[in-house]
Amino acid sequence: MNGPSVNGTKVLRTLAQALLAPLIAVVVSVIVTSIVVVIAGASVSDFWNVILTVPSHRNLVNITNQSSMLFLAALAAAIGFRMNLFNIGVEGQYAVGAFVGAVVAGTGFFPGKLNVVAAVLAAMVAGALWAGIAGLLKVTRGVSEVISTIMLNAIAGTLIGYLLNNHGQQYGQGRRTTPIPESSQLAGWTPWDAVDGSIWTLTILAVLAGLTMSFVISRTRFGFDLRATGQNENAAIASGVKVKRMVLISMLISGAIAGLVWMPALFGQADYYGPPFQHQLGFTGIAVALLGRNRPLGIAFGAVLFAWLSEQANPLALVADISPSIVQITQGVVVLAVVVAYEVVRRWMAAHEQRELKVALGAEARA
Amino acid sequence: MRRLSKIAVVAVVASLALTGCGKNNDKTGNDGKSNANQDVCKTAKGDGPKVGLAYDVGGRGDQSFNDSAYAGLKKAVEDLKATCVTGEAADGEAESARETRLKDMADAGLNPIIGVGFAYSDAVNAVAPNYPNINFGVIDGFDPDTKPNANVAYLGFAENEGSYLVGAAAALKSKTGQIGFVGGVHNDLIKKFEAGYVAGAKSVKADIKVDVKYIEETDLSGFGDPAGGKAAAAAEYQAGADVVYHAAGASGSGVFEAAADAGDGKWAIGVDSDQYLTAPANEQPHILTSMLKRVDVATFNMIKSVSDGQPLTSYQTYDLAHDGVGYSTSGGFVDDIKSQLDDLAAKIKSGEIKVPVKP
Repeated sequence: MNGPSVNGTKVLRTLAQALLAPLIAVVVSVIVTSIVVVIAGASVSDFWNVILTVPSHRNLVNITNQSSMLFLAALAAAIGFRMNLFNIGVEGQYAVGAFVGAVVAGTGFFPGKLNVVAAVLAAMVAGALWAGIAGLLKVTRGVSEVISTIMLNAIAGTLIGYLLNNHGQQYGQGRRTTPIPESSQLAGWTPWDAVDGSIWTLTILAVLAGLTMSFVISRTRFGFDLRATGQNENAAIASGVKVKRMVLISMLISGAIAGLVWMPALFGQADYYGPPFQHQLGFTGIAVALLGRNRPLGIAFGAVLFAWLSEQANPLALVADISPSIVQITQGVVVLAVVVAYEVVRRWMAAHEQRELKVALGAEARA
Repeated sequence: MRRLSKIAVVAVVASLALTGCGKNNDKTGNDGKSNANQDVCKTAKGDGPKVGLAYDVGGRGDQSFNDSAYAGLKKAVEDLKATCVTGEAADGEAESARETRLKDMADAGLNPIIGVGFAYSDAVNAVAPNYPNINFGVIDGFDPDTKPNANVAYLGFAENEGSYLVGAAAALKSKTGQIGFVGGVHNDLIKKFEAGYVAGAKSVKADIKVDVKYIEETDLSGFGDPAGGKAAAAAEYQAGADVVYHAAGASGSGVFEAAADAGDGKWAIGVDSDQYLTAPANEQPHILTSMLKRVDVATFNMIKSVSDGQPLTSYQTYDLAHDGVGYSTSGGFVDDIKSQLDDLAAKIKSGEIKVPVKP
């Protein structure tokens, strides 16, 4: 009878929940960060002035490039999270992928742009295999993926270090892989002056991966099985989902996407795996995935936010004499606050719904 | 029940994700800021050179590598009426962040601009050609390509020679015949410390056992990880070493803690700065000596050269003969072997002893 209006409130409620929780989270993290800045003995207004200042051209370029890598790392983590599979090993998987990709690209076995394709595929395979170890351990031996992926992170770091130290090319005080041939380097897109830097060609990988994953998750049988397993494993089994197979496949996909993480930087800037390799994208990616509620759009927002904070924090030490590391506190608090805020809002909504139901039932009983 | 476990797992994951930042947050909250108010750059008002100094991971307050650069900067403020602006690298930061830091400094008209640490080599190489009128210096740096930069100085050190001397000191003081080494990151730079240390120790006690550990293989966070330093050193003390030398920057404070925890007769050797002077009172009796890497001298010389109008360029090596490296005597624990160490130093200076650079 009053269907449409109920639907209307429902939409409104969902919208409120979607916006309320992030809003609360942002407010909380602003307050907490400000308190930390005060405790550190610096000026709060200086801090926010620097963070919220309009980014210059080169800052915008860097924010775009960093967002793409953070997005890929978060997407890799999110695939697992969607089916309650906690892949903490993105850090190791993308390092292995980046290293293998750089080695393959460095050999220049294929000519020109074909070399790029070969290296990207190799990186995906390497990342997938590294993650697959944890997946295999889980389905055959029941080893928790949380533990095994953390272990594999450490092994990845040591293994790459060993290979670099023993087979790498001398490079100043460090070692690197053979640089990729010039014909395979990708110049990227320079929106402003050359001195402001260029947006890396392979940032497009983030867009492609994001679109592909949102299609796969919401429009395919596999995506349905993935979500079903995540929401209720027993129900999923009952409806014919092969959970072990799902675990292995999603681990492989997660690892393959992790393998892509550093590809934009490899071909756009670094040209080799060596000292300038950017560590910790995998861990930051987990935080971004949580922030984005494991949805590609949310992750995109989270990746830009994190990249923005890191980039804008750089002049903190120069201008306001605040250590740039302080934004890592902001980033951490945002994630924590989002997780808590969603739960609080959800409970509040549930209680509200119950109250309404009670009122409605009471009215019916009286009638 | 299911929801509860889900929340628990989310909490675990969140805390794991945050541990990555944990190390840094501590640093920011504690020492990094506590002496921020005393930063000489805040009060400097001279009309001398305007210096930009970009610290490496660990930053000012590491009581080691970065602080040594700060000491040179302070001297420039006092002697040359310099003013200064500083920046600091964060753990796991993008290569572009280093470049941006240097560009911001160059745009602000600072000259010279000094990158503290080899990790700035690539960034300086990318930025310097755009600012031909500004002089850049890179501590421990190198030119990554074949195209020489006319406005960059690479300030290198003979760390192996200084490490040779403290290695000899370690062997002379060791009663167990076993000593240890803790490196921050397993790269060729830190292997140079290891090589000199081991060679120095073997020169006085050929059969000495040297336990070598590195905190990280390639991740630069090994220079800012006191917990990792403590774990590595504690393991070496437990295995029987009674002297441990660290080349791990800010992680070294963990090595000193481990020495104090290990008790009487256990020694640690500091690096870069005279770390006896900055260590807490309970750790001081355990700091045998420090290998001095005069980053302060290199920093000051770089600033002075620009101030004098004759900027340093290309490779500059600070070795034992030029007092670029050495050992400290604070605490007086090496007074009894000082003559032996000085003999070795004289032999290195004269070229009679050739100290290896690779282990």
